[in-house]
Amino acid sequence: MTKTKTLLLTSAALALSLGSAASAQEKTEFKVAWSIYVGWMPWGYLETSGIMDKWADKYGIDVEIVQINDYVESINQYTAGAFDGVSATNMDTLSIPAGSGVDTTALIVGDYSDGNDAIILKGEGGLEDLAGKPVNLVELSVSHYLLARGLDSVGLSEADLGGVINTSDADMIAAWATDDVQAVVTWNPLVSAILEQPGANRLFDSADIPGEIIDLMVVNTETLAANPDFGRALVGAWYELMEIMSSDTEEGIAARTAMAEASGTDLAGYDAQLASTEMFYAPTDAVTFASRPELPQTMVNVAEFLFDKGILGEGAPSADFVGVEYPDGSITGSAANVTFRFDTTYMQMAADGAL
Amino acid sequence: MRLINRTPGPALRVFLTLLPFALALVVYMIASEARLAANPQDRLLPSPATIGDTAVRLFTTGDRRTGRILLWHDTGASLLRLALGVGIAALAGLLSGLAIGLLPHVRAAFSPFVAVLSMIPPLAVLPILFITFGLGELSKVVLIVVGITPFLIRDMGQRVIDIPREMIVKAQTLGASSLVIALRVALPQIMPRLIQSVRLSLGPAWLFLIAAEAIASDLGLGYRIFLVRRYLAMDVILTYVIWITFLAFVMDWGLRSLSRRLYPWAGGGL
Repeated sequence: MTKTKTLLLTSAALALSLGSAASAQEKTEFKVAWSIYVGWMPWGYLETSGIMDKWADKYGIDVEIVQINDYVESINQYTAGAFDGVSATNMDTLSIPAGSGVDTTALIVGDYSDGNDAIILKGEGGLEDLAGKPVNLVELSVSHYLLARGLDSVGLSEADLGGVINTSDADMIAAWATDDVQAVVTWNPLVSAILEQPGANRLFDSADIPGEIIDLMVVNTETLAANPDFGRALVGAWYELMEIMSSDTEEGIAARTAMAEASGTDLAGYDAQLASTEMFYAPTDAVTFASRPELPQTMVNVAEFLFDKGILGEGAPSADFVGVEYPDGSITGSAANVTFRFDTTYMQMAADGAL
Repeated sequence: MRLINRTPGPALRVFLTLLPFALALVVYMIASEARLAANPQDRLLPSPATIGDTAVRLFTTGDRRTGRILLWHDTGASLLRLALGVGIAALAGLLSGLAIGLLPHVRAAFSPFVAVLSMIPPLAVLPILFITFGLGELSKVVLIVVGITPFLIRDMGQRVIDIPREMIVKAQTLGASSLVIALRVALPQIMPRLIQSVRLSLGPAWLFLIAAEAIASDLGLGYRIFLVRRYLAMDVILTYVIWITFLAFVMDWGLRSLSRRLYPWAGGGL
């Protein structure tokens, strides 16, 4: 009898621990997740350099920044409630947390990809030559979106290709070395590594669609609303580091060198990746970018791409299923289901020096 | 009465068999209920009803663009890879095991080599496999073969060595050649053991299959699971997991029945 009881109690405890999502009440301990990408390397440095702790102490809270090796897994963990914030692109934020009904706010607009994502062909040719060829990429990722935009620009569609083959980013460079692979779509630092090989030909990259692949720090809207100090601490720490990082002082070079090492390259390699990334070092630039009238159009394009690929889920009747709110209060998509918000309040505070 | 001598009656046995399944289901339902109450759109732990609806859709409705029912195509592609991989590995294991077990020269040359080879984690040398065998079907089959063959060879070799020496001597006094001993004495005795080893290898074989499909593919059960993970479609993933579990169970059961039918003398150990 006791055994059955213990078993039942254990199961109930297990069920509860699985079932608990991040709650929206006031709290003092926060966790954000990030993964390796040129525009997100500062998150790792914020944690190791102690800048994050300094800002968290200022607001009397505790913020832990955790690196997750698998990008999609980090977003899934955030969506499941294990983290209060995560580094993600606009597209993946729309498809995973926002599409799953987790109300999410883009707290920091960090950068947009300005050449970091690219379509690469083996040998000579142009985008038209992709017709009939298989293309290796991480399906349903920003690479897939870039490919769709690239094909669109020459009047082709995915149906004209010899197929898309889902290939793990971890094995992309090994895949490039095999004879089967004729074209890939991927992101940095893989793009630079592949372009170093003979015969690699860059056909199209994110600099051709500037401002459409945006790298963000997104946080749970309810958590942010209940704990504005969490937002202040994150934004304050971020822009302090942005100022250090963008300078060519000894401190700035030391910071970039540390980030370069953490991403497996050297200072020159990291600076080259930064050159194809439009970083918003100053909070005013980020605010201006997020308030641009082009942003809603980009998000509509992204939503249509996601819907077309079935990524918004079977419950999504149309591409307008998820509502996105912009800094001026305007909304694209369903106004009744706004789960993705671009909010410049905190970045504006940083711009005004009010943190 | 000692605990080890107390056996459950038929009714209690059925109850005890079902108990862990029921408990697992209840734990899942409580957790799913709790999450869905907090966020009705939660995708992590969909309700059993949602999984049921998704399963019906996956098994019966064609893809929006191509009209193909993807689940069946995925199943077909994966089972073909699995069958080829396991088949090749079983044949290689059987032949090498016989040679290693019966021929001292072969044993001296390959037994330690296979023992060392079986310790290499195949997933760690994936890039070499890709560059050697390409990214197509071949490399997926090769990964399964590389993953389970060393275990099968070692197991088969050991089984042949375990055959009582007296039998081999007796066959020799009756004038049997090495080949006849291999075919008439050793082979029949290790066949049931081969089937049992293949049953044990099916778990790792599935693991390698799904890993191979996750890395580079455009069809397959593992491919679909890793693809829909990108938007946390747990209803699809769980349907596939249940389906894979069912397929694996059927295979295991089929092999066990086959072994009992063909080699009833091998006893209840199978």
